[in-house]
Amino acid sequence: MNHPKELKYSKSHEWVKFLDDGTALVGLTDYAQDALGDLVFVNLPETGDEVTAGEAFADVESVKAVSDVFSPLTGTVAEVNEELLDVPEMLNNDPYGAWLIKVENITGQDELLDADAYIQFYESEEA
Amino acid sequence: MGSYLPNTKQEQQEMLSEIGRDSFDALFAGIPEEVKVKELHLPSGLSEMETIRTMEELAEKNTIFRHIFRGAGAYHHYIPAIVSSVSSKEEFLTAYTPYQAEISQGILQSIFEYQTMICELTGMDASNASVYDGATAAAEAVAMCRERKRQTAYVSATVNPQVLSVIRTYCYGSGTEVKLVPEKEGVTDQEALAAALDDTSACFYLQQPNYYGIFEDAEALGAAAHKAGAKFIMGCNPIALALMKTPAECGADIAVGEGQPLGLGLSFGGPYLGFMAADARMTRKLPGRIVGETKDRDGRRAFVLTLQAREQHIRREKASSNICSNQALCALKAGVYMAAMGEAGMKQAASLCLSKAHYLQESLAKAGLSLKYEKPFFHEFVTVSDTDPEKILSALEQNGILGGLSIADKEILWCATEMNTKAEIDAAAAVVKEVCGA
Amino acid sequence: MKLIFERGKEGRQCTLLPQCDVPAAEIEIPKRAKPLRLPHLSETEISRHYTELAGQVHGVNNGFYPLGSCTMKYNPKVNEEAAALAGFARIHPLQPEHTVQGALEVLERTEEMLCEITGMDSVTMQPAAGAHGEFTGLLLIKAYHDSRGDHKRTKIIVPDSAHGTNPASASMVGYEVVSIPSGSDGCVDLEKLRAAVGDDTAGLMLTNPNTVGLFDKNIIEITSVIHEAGGLNYYDGANLNAVMGIVRPGDMGFDVVHLNLHKTFSTPHGGGGPGSGPVGCKAFLKEFLPGRQAVCEDGTFSLRKPEHSIGDVKSFYGNFLVVVRAMAYILMLGKEGIPEAAQNAVLNANYMMEKLKALYPPAYDETCMHEFVITLEQMKRENGVTAMDIAKSLLDYGIHPPTMYFPLIVHEALMIEPTETESRETLDEAIRAFGEIYAKAQEDPEAMHEAPVSTYIRRPDEVQAARKPVLRWSFPEDGEQK
Repeated sequence: MNHPKELKYSKSHEWVKFLDDGTALVGLTDYAQDALGDLVFVNLPETGDEVTAGEAFADVESVKAVSDVFSPLTGTVAEVNEELLDVPEMLNNDPYGAWLIKVENITGQDELLDADAYIQFYESEEA
Repeated sequence: MGSYLPNTKQEQQEMLSEIGRDSFDALFAGIPEEVKVKELHLPSGLSEMETIRTMEELAEKNTIFRHIFRGAGAYHHYIPAIVSSVSSKEEFLTAYTPYQAEISQGILQSIFEYQTMICELTGMDASNASVYDGATAAAEAVAMCRERKRQTAYVSATVNPQVLSVIRTYCYGSGTEVKLVPEKEGVTDQEALAAALDDTSACFYLQQPNYYGIFEDAEALGAAAHKAGAKFIMGCNPIALALMKTPAECGADIAVGEGQPLGLGLSFGGPYLGFMAADARMTRKLPGRIVGETKDRDGRRAFVLTLQAREQHIRREKASSNICSNQALCALKAGVYMAAMGEAGMKQAASLCLSKAHYLQESLAKAGLSLKYEKPFFHEFVTVSDTDPEKILSALEQNGILGGLSIADKEILWCATEMNTKAEIDAAAAVVKEVCGA
Repeated sequence: MKLIFERGKEGRQCTLLPQCDVPAAEIEIPKRAKPLRLPHLSETEISRHYTELAGQVHGVNNGFYPLGSCTMKYNPKVNEEAAALAGFARIHPLQPEHTVQGALEVLERTEEMLCEITGMDSVTMQPAAGAHGEFTGLLLIKAYHDSRGDHKRTKIIVPDSAHGTNPASASMVGYEVVSIPSGSDGCVDLEKLRAAVGDDTAGLMLTNPNTVGLFDKNIIEITSVIHEAGGLNYYDGANLNAVMGIVRPGDMGFDVVHLNLHKTFSTPHGGGGPGSGPVGCKAFLKEFLPGRQAVCEDGTFSLRKPEHSIGDVKSFYGNFLVVVRAMAYILMLGKEGIPEAAQNAVLNANYMMEKLKALYPPAYDETCMHEFVITLEQMKRENGVTAMDIAKSLLDYGIHPPTMYFPLIVHEALMIEPTETESRETLDEAIRAFGEIYAKAQEDPEAMHEAPVSTYIRRPDEVQAARKPVLRWSFPEDGEQK
């Protein structure tokens, strides 16, 4: 399982990549995609929507299940990754390339962990 | 008398004792005594012979009209013999929803073929596997268009009143406001529509041909809906679609309709068939089951229920519709019907409807019933006269003819299809003439 | 096999309609530009195509069909004969009432019999399926509260073991769903229920027997808790086959009920429909019913619109011919046959459960009703064989698999409902098949993932189907499928 050092992680299994311009990308962690199995579709918010830390902003579908994706940040959706609508398998094959939304006007965030703490977190959760 | 139990009383007893129970009561011990049924007030069971006799007696109390000039949502068309031959095959008749694809390919493929035919008929990109009937299809289509900021549905006053009623009932549930767009001389008032729509409008629903049988200017009305950012839903007669401009060509986002004319009998109102098809951008919002093509693990073409994560059994309270059972067997019939008719047969049926209806209208006009709206119509039209409709209709009834439907004071909604011969139309007109004294 | 579009040749067609015997109408209509591309087939080809398709379908008459929660009982032939009678099949829904007295009598008499079976005072036939019935029933509840000006009731309580339709129906009626966790016995946890109710409770939706196949013995208390809070009780009739003629929803404190005629009352499922989902209610709700009710006065039948009707949930009077079939079935069974059917449905389920128990642990080991749930959790943990593998293996024995992965509160669940119309030999054969599959799962668990091996296709790729949906046939001239 791959969890890059330069990213931050939420306890609800999203990653955050803070960009230099003050915005951030949000996606699903490798751990999450593995647990969810083959993903077949993602329901994304629209550009301009408000997202709130700790609240669902999207959902991902496998063949037989649907799971909410929670926002680690509070802010505005600056961009959504529409490529995922055509190529949902990216969520499984390239979880860190498959960002879901770019957030701007960030005014708050959930508790975010670094890679090591995140790995420790889910391992303890599994046990 | 019969409960279709294979096991004899003795076998039942043996099975009970094998699982350590001395009686049936032991199996129901968990049910509080005070609520158990003491006596069921039903008639005693019958033999099969008595049952079918009872049902035959009931059926015989109904009048089967050989000559039908009534439509208004249920249409009398020819049903090719192959249709019931196929739909009565036990495998199709008795199977459950095809969740186990390996032993349901026949049903899944037939639905896939049906979906393709509905797409061809409507010109839309994707069809679902059917819903309950045309009216619920309309209501489900309205629900597909509801968005956070768009919660008002506009419906033309020229739609079938039952369809409107079902839309209203569904919208009462979801809290969607329904506004009626007024009619003007038998068609939707375009100016009124344009004036009414705003940025809170979810959709506009139009029936084509409308309740009075008239062709609406669907393209212009659809454009008005789109201009306000609302979705455009068209409810279409499937036989008319063989000839008329398709919903896709009129710019519709969703096409729905009552599929009963596609090989389903009148059946006192059901089972019928609601067809639903959508533009590619709205495919995932379609309610109900959808069949898709894929491959099996040996690389063979295979069909499965797909996009299931939209549905209630997975999405539960977040599903946009609760539908699960649909009208699969009716969709199968519609598929067989369209396969048997082919393009030529469908067009022939539509042309016959058109010509017979116009001949009927002219004949009735000569008999004293004038056409209410001077507009192009398909196989239904409204007449008006000073003679009481009930008098006209009961005179026809006495001659074994089911006349049109009385829809308002002095107004009758008539329908003719390929089933009505010239002789029959002439006979009906003669009766009318006598009543009207023209 | 070929799709229907891949058969036939241009120019072939069936001769179905006559030439036009009136002058061709010369009017301008908005014409379609696109050709209508339908198959060009002879009747021989159509007939063989569908015969081949039918050969790839497992129906109730092809073998055992223990699909839990679906009540796949035998569909009697006399029902079909009744529904095919011209006096029912060929009447227009808008004929004058005096010309459809027999049809109205069917509606009225069936209503009366269903009232007796459910303990309700009135029944509408308009809903076309179970889910449609739920929607209708909840609208009645909403209309009732609204009529009293009681607008604060916004919540419907649903146990977490419920069918997915329950929460989905509640949402369609604008209710917020409060899901309450089941107790360790699979039944409603009374304490949690008490904690969940309040003056915002519109009602409760409940299946009894519930989805794990158990009769909730606290039922009187459960429905009282809701009534005391001012809510109404909705009975999901999906599992009525277990208790019809034994106990009635109306006597257990329920105010509204839907029935599935295509489950309990033996009408065929048609590969997914048409069904019929009549809704029954107590007298205080009957003026809210949708559509029109057939009523009898001095031997004459007529249709009457309830005074405060919620409107219509479907055109006309529902799936009428399905109601005809159900009526024939109830007449056949009568007051003796109805409870007898339930007793034997329950006997067959307990018989199978007991015989399978040693190898397949039931999720709740107590007397079940018409169905029971086994859990493959342990097997999955030990050798990686899943509920899916067991289900797919059954296909090679000509048995339709049980319902898989439902209810959600049981892991690796298989829900088995044999129904009363199966003989002891059939049950014994299935038990033997389950035994052999168990042995195989122990000896060669890897091979289990290969099942089925004898079916027309094997484990289709559902992921691909959902990721790249192909929802229609593309004609060669359309190029690549989108």
